[in-house]
Amino acid sequence: MAESALPIAKTKMPHSRARNWLGVVPFFLFAILFLFLPSQRLFVGSFTDEQGHFTLNNIIQLVAQSSILNAYWLSIQISAVTALGGGIFGFLLAYAVTVGGLPKPMRSILITFSGVASNFAGVPLAFAFVATLGRTGFITALFKNVFHWSLYDHGFNLYTFAGLALTYMYFQFPLMVLIMAPALDGLKREWREAAENLGASNTQYWLQVAMPILLPSILGSMILLFGNAFGAYATAYALTGGALPIITIQIGAQIRGDVLHNPGLGYAMAMGMVFIMAISLAGYSWLQGRTERWLR
Amino acid sequence: MNLPFSWLQFLRKRVARPASTGKSQRGIPVWSWFWYILGGLYFVLPLYATLDFSLRMKRDVISLEAYKSAFADPAFLQSFGYSIMLAAITIVVSIVLVVPTAYWIRLKLPEARRPVELITLLPFVVPAIILVFGLIRIYSSPVKLPFTSLVLLNSLTTSRYGTIILIVGGYTVLGLPYMYRSVDTGMRTVDVRTLTEAAQSLGANWYSIMMQIILPNVRAALLSGSLLTFAIVVGEVVLASYLGVPAFGPYLFLLGQHRAFEPAALTFITFLLTWAAMGIIQLITGGQGQGAGAH
Repeated sequence: MAESALPIAKTKMPHSRARNWLGVVPFFLFAILFLFLPSQRLFVGSFTDEQGHFTLNNIIQLVAQSSILNAYWLSIQISAVTALGGGIFGFLLAYAVTVGGLPKPMRSILITFSGVASNFAGVPLAFAFVATLGRTGFITALFKNVFHWSLYDHGFNLYTFAGLALTYMYFQFPLMVLIMAPALDGLKREWREAAENLGASNTQYWLQVAMPILLPSILGSMILLFGNAFGAYATAYALTGGALPIITIQIGAQIRGDVLHNPGLGYAMAMGMVFIMAISLAGYSWLQGRTERWLR
Repeated sequence: MNLPFSWLQFLRKRVARPASTGKSQRGIPVWSWFWYILGGLYFVLPLYATLDFSLRMKRDVISLEAYKSAFADPAFLQSFGYSIMLAAITIVVSIVLVVPTAYWIRLKLPEARRPVELITLLPFVVPAIILVFGLIRIYSSPVKLPFTSLVLLNSLTTSRYGTIILIVGGYTVLGLPYMYRSVDTGMRTVDVRTLTEAAQSLGANWYSIMMQIILPNVRAALLSGSLLTFAIVVGEVVLASYLGVPAFGPYLFLLGQHRAFEPAALTFITFLLTWAAMGIIQLITGGQGQGAGAH
């Protein structure tokens, strides 16, 4: 459109611009080989039938087959429960060490421990919880010997939904602490002082000043926790050995051998997962952007 | 900031003193302590239970028998050494990939920042299980030049070096968000443009600028990115087991199927390793902890 108006300098630019892009070619090449091509294969595969023709049948089957739908639903439930629980608990902890009035060293201990715990997942985490809450675990034995009360006789079982949720919490709430502590630091002292000066009580300050500012950040972080749990595989597999058919375990079974007897359906299952993860990441960054207006 | 700043400043001057004394009058923050102790218990109890269990291999005595037995297994040393080797290769590949890219974007190509940042976030959208699914499906058959039968690349999943390429590529992807963000933040704090211009005016070539100016100046960021990558790779089990690599993660998982005490011992050691990595990051970055994870 505006080609006739191009200044002379600009005709020279594309040459050096193009040369500059050469500098990032290795990075993009790597991304294509190890990220885009694999994803693209799954994407194309989920719209292809076994004869190689285009089909929407795989996507329809995702909802039509109750075993797949149940796997998604189970994953969504466990992720939502641990995101909510971990989010609230993590927020309270972050609150305690930032504006909650605990001594300074308490904060660095918590942050370091959170860094460790949010990275302590997978097989070792599952084993640690077996040693803690398994049938002969430390706390199970403690309850039995001290209170003469058996956890397992009263409905608790580590290898069920509740047990897996408790285990996930171990990496969920530390992540919340790591995200929320800087956000709580961003609450300006002036805001509280201004509120107090205008006669607000502590509750009023929290409900009407601090919370509205923090809420997008809290919600966004919880969405991130949701995605964090949704993509988890090793912890659940090591703990329950596949007895809880969450979606990642179903996908794992499909990789090992075509258990669905339809490769395309397996790809569609993976794509459905990527879709949910993408939505949660987009939600997180959108909400995070809203908070940053205030907290930076 | 969008608040009427002068107005707030005015208020601050007037209330600064009463507000600060008001805070100290509140006394012991009971609820803060309550949540803190609860969180502490959640952190410590599983670790204590694991340690306690790992020390009880011999009946009625506390002993390091489980640790001795775990270390005596040659398969442990092999798999652990293999994982450390994979971690080392991954770290080198990540640095070679990320540092020049981040540097180049800061120096010459700011318009590439958004697409590159977006790519480094993609591993959050594509979890390990999906990544390995795609990698296996793409590289288990020979890669042909499009529309021809010319074989560019033989099947990578069947050869030993092929699987190493795949798993290092996959691990680099998993660590990309942490490595990139760490390096990019490191470059923000040192002015790479001025440093480069100064070095160029002294006659340095690109190689010596990279090796003698840029790398030393972002070493703290490199170290923290590398340690996070290390923490991800050493215990990783999804990529390792689906690509059939004899790494520590699958070994620990299999050990857990038929032993009780040795896995607990190795779990505790894994925890200590993670703790050491995070502790060092905490020391060098001064409190900016990060979350990662290969769940």
